[in-house]
Amino acid sequence: MSENVITVSKLDLWYGAFQALIGVNMGVEKQKITALIGPSGCGKSTLLRTLNRMNDLIPGVKITGEVLLEGQNIYAPGVDVCALRANVGMVFQRPNPFPLSVWDNVAFGLKVAGQRGGPQVEEIVERSLRGAWLWDNVKDKLDHSALELPLDQQQRLCVARLLAVEPNVILMDEPCSALDPIATAKIEELMLELVKKYTIVIVTHNMQQAARISDYSGYMLLGEMIEFDETSRIFTSPKDKRTDDYISGRYG
Amino acid sequence: MERHFDEELNDLKHRLMKMCALAETMIGDAIKALVQRDAAVLPAILQHEAEVNRLQVEIDEACFRMIALRQPTASDLRFILGAAKTNTDLERLADQAVNIANKAERLLQYTPLKQFVIIPQMTEIARGMVRDSLHAYVNRQPEKAREVIQRDVQLNTLKKAINAEMLEFMKSDAATVPYALDIVLVAHNLERIGDHAKNIAENAIFVVEGKDIRHGGEPNRWAD
Repeated sequence: MSENVITVSKLDLWYGAFQALIGVNMGVEKQKITALIGPSGCGKSTLLRTLNRMNDLIPGVKITGEVLLEGQNIYAPGVDVCALRANVGMVFQRPNPFPLSVWDNVAFGLKVAGQRGGPQVEEIVERSLRGAWLWDNVKDKLDHSALELPLDQQQRLCVARLLAVEPNVILMDEPCSALDPIATAKIEELMLELVKKYTIVIVTHNMQQAARISDYSGYMLLGEMIEFDETSRIFTSPKDKRTDDYISGRYG
Repeated sequence: MERHFDEELNDLKHRLMKMCALAETMIGDAIKALVQRDAAVLPAILQHEAEVNRLQVEIDEACFRMIALRQPTASDLRFILGAAKTNTDLERLADQAVNIANKAERLLQYTPLKQFVIIPQMTEIARGMVRDSLHAYVNRQPEKAREVIQRDVQLNTLKKAINAEMLEFMKSDAATVPYALDIVLVAHNLERIGDHAKNIAENAIFVVEGKDIRHGGEPNRWAD
């Protein structure tokens, strides 16, 4: 039985006078990968960022509609945004480890939450690094600066940093666009492993990546969700001609 | 936006149309040899067959290359898969024309049992089906494809009529058996040509609508 972790209903978002999202509806199924695709400026990153209220930080943003996370509206008054962002973590386009050691990057979220150290933290750090397929690469240099790692390992470190605070949902905003094909393949394999435990929403410009790894795809254009369906349908028999034109490279 | 890829797809269409025109000519000539007792048209059929075979290989190569290099999706993907299947059907129906030509060569040794009526009718229907199914495919016309599929019934009915007629000749005079048997086989070849055209028409529907309607097809799970 499918179960939606996130349900987006009639979501409108304005940056000042500009409406970036128009009446968006979407369900994100538990332990599946959902890909958002569409041309630059279509609103896919904006939509992704509404799922853990990252847009709150931008001045002049106005949001109406609902984003339900396990039935609770994340825009309701009194929602603890820090707890929300621990539950719904984000990985960005450029790996952004803190200029700290590998260990401190992963333990950072735990420290913020008040855990100073001890065997429990050690266990969580190791488990998170293993979960991000990084343990074997870094176990002998946990005290080295994270910035010394190759880019794909930095990106996986960012994933490990999320895993440490035990999220349910991982948002990824073009997580492979700074990586070469081999590093990309590693991140994709990692996503396919992570989705056994977590729910993933990814924004990607790489159509083949969406086709390879996602279960569901949403095609967005000018702030609207044009078509949302199983990825296997979107890439073989989309219903809307605009979707067909975009994924086959006619649009633009 | 016009893509370079569209030129490749157009080239694929043109090759299929060329192959179709050759096949249609081959069918017409094979029947002409039989009905008009004109052996002079037979050598051209074999030349056309060689050309059809060459195109078959080229089209398969083009489809293979486009899938590998262009990584087509959606309507492009359906069109290329459809082209690969249509290609096979065109080659096979051209082979049926060669089969008819072989029988025509043999049949010319005999005096006809009667004037040809049903065979020319079947030929017209079969050639029309081939031409129209391919047009429906390259021009993305599902209604036309559905209409072609309907015509297949007429071919089956006419084939049964020929079988019954030839059976009567064979029962009344055993000497007619070699001739009558070959006529039955020619009708069978024409009926098979109709079946291949029907396959092409089904490909046309798949290309446009994404629905697989073969085998009396339950609509697939995505059909609306």
